[in-house]
Amino acid sequence: MALPLFSPTDDPGPDFAGLVRRLSAAGALTATGAIGGTGPVSAAPGGLDVRHGTTVVAVRFADGVLMAGDRRATEGHSIAHRAMEKVFPADRYSAVAIAGAAGPAVEMVRLFQTQLEHYEKVEGVVLSLEGKANQLGQMVREHLPMAMQGLAVVPLFAGYDLSRGIGRIFNYDVTGGHYEETEHSATGSGGRDARTTVKLGYRTGLARDEAVELAIEALYEAADEDSATGGPDLVRGIYPLVAVVTADGFAFVDDAEVADRFASLIARRRSEGRQP
Amino acid sequence: MTMPYYVAPEQVMKDRAEYAQKGIARGRSLVATTFDGGILMVADNPSRSLHKISEIYDRIAFAGVGKYNEFDQLRVSGVRHADTKGYAYSREDVDARSLANLYAQYLGQVFTHEMKPLEVEILVAELGTDLRPDQLYHIAYEGTITDEDRYAVLGGETEAIVEAMEAAWRADWSLGDALRATTSALAGPERTLTGSGLEVAILAAGENRRSFRRLSESELDELIGGATGEPEVPAGDTATDPEGNAGDTSEDSTEDPSGDGPED
Repeated sequence: MALPLFSPTDDPGPDFAGLVRRLSAAGALTATGAIGGTGPVSAAPGGLDVRHGTTVVAVRFADGVLMAGDRRATEGHSIAHRAMEKVFPADRYSAVAIAGAAGPAVEMVRLFQTQLEHYEKVEGVVLSLEGKANQLGQMVREHLPMAMQGLAVVPLFAGYDLSRGIGRIFNYDVTGGHYEETEHSATGSGGRDARTTVKLGYRTGLARDEAVELAIEALYEAADEDSATGGPDLVRGIYPLVAVVTADGFAFVDDAEVADRFASLIARRRSEGRQP
Repeated sequence: MTMPYYVAPEQVMKDRAEYAQKGIARGRSLVATTFDGGILMVADNPSRSLHKISEIYDRIAFAGVGKYNEFDQLRVSGVRHADTKGYAYSREDVDARSLANLYAQYLGQVFTHEMKPLEVEILVAELGTDLRPDQLYHIAYEGTITDEDRYAVLGGETEAIVEAMEAAWRADWSLGDALRATTSALAGPERTLTGSGLEVAILAAGENRRSFRRLSESELDELIGGATGEPEVPAGDTATDPEGNAGDTSEDSTEDPSGDGPED
């Protein structure tokens, strides 16, 4: 690899995707990954069983936002992976969760993470939360040709807005359009079920523990109704990933805490005489 | 038509070197040193926004002296190199040695082939792991590269600073001791430098993936003003960057084979 130097009139600036595109066009780099996304994919929809990730949910609470996702990846009607991760830190103060074709989705997250850090290092300042959301929107839009061929990626983005001191949530469609949600959001095949559960239990100013509880219940309900969403795997000890983003930054909720909350959810329902 | 004068290649190189040295000597100096919790970089720089020290990657930092626009261009290209490499391969495949070599080649190329050499001197610092020690790659304007594992001094007139660092340097000294020694070496006998005139950053060993961190003015004043006895850990900034960068500094004194006084 050569030192990537550009003349001042021809500088790609802090745009990492643009830089990679330039370098690969010049033959200096081969791994282009998700960038561009117009490669020769000719599979007819339904003709190609690619891995899909499923349900992710975001909830705003008093100190910030919470994001959670189940762990199942499917390939057609079979389970492809039982411990897939769908919730990622985008940077110190934001999180991104994915639903859709797993391969391009994870690649998009990697590009997005690199892009945010690259911007911060080149410019010396961090992008605003809105700027980050727009960046992700552009990446989803560039992926549209692949989405038309059945490999859609639909992320969910949430973060703590340091300038306003609140958590904010953005959801996306396949065209890259993104819409801010003030309370909660969910996407993926079980998103509808998860959203219903969250909607019933949501109120403004939830405490962190209440928000975790609500997200866990939402994923539990989604797994109950949707075959592509994985519930808590008590046999293997695999539980949904839950993360919170607050003024202290991004942090995953401890696996043990998630396991405990699932256990108490099931016990509570049994004691109330309901089907768990 | 006028005939170009013949100038001996020795003379050309000498002139270029002199030109570059003059340019670098106009600016202020910079010192980097290892300490028990990572690598410390201290620049004599009153500006809060035009940085001489910056982050390149998870465990790599960049520092430059001389002409700002020239070393800043090198810095940005280093960030681009590291980020594309880490994206194409993996984060652990990004290393300072290959970046330092690229810098050295580029500086050497410009020095011999272009009209004007770059008036810069740069440093690529890499925080070590359990398997490798900390590394400081010092690259001069003509592409000479030297690797140091103790300290590096960048700038025009560095003899006095090097002398002071040579006398003061201790293996595994604390952040406070290292900062006080580098600051007084940079200041020389006539001046005193405080937090407002310094740009200081560390590569801190610890849990964080990104080890680069700038020290704020108040942290600096506290560290510089602190008594030489107990090494303090900068406690602030935990909200934005939780880390334990100094580890267990207080028990380290027994491992120090080279005397007990941090300064003489």
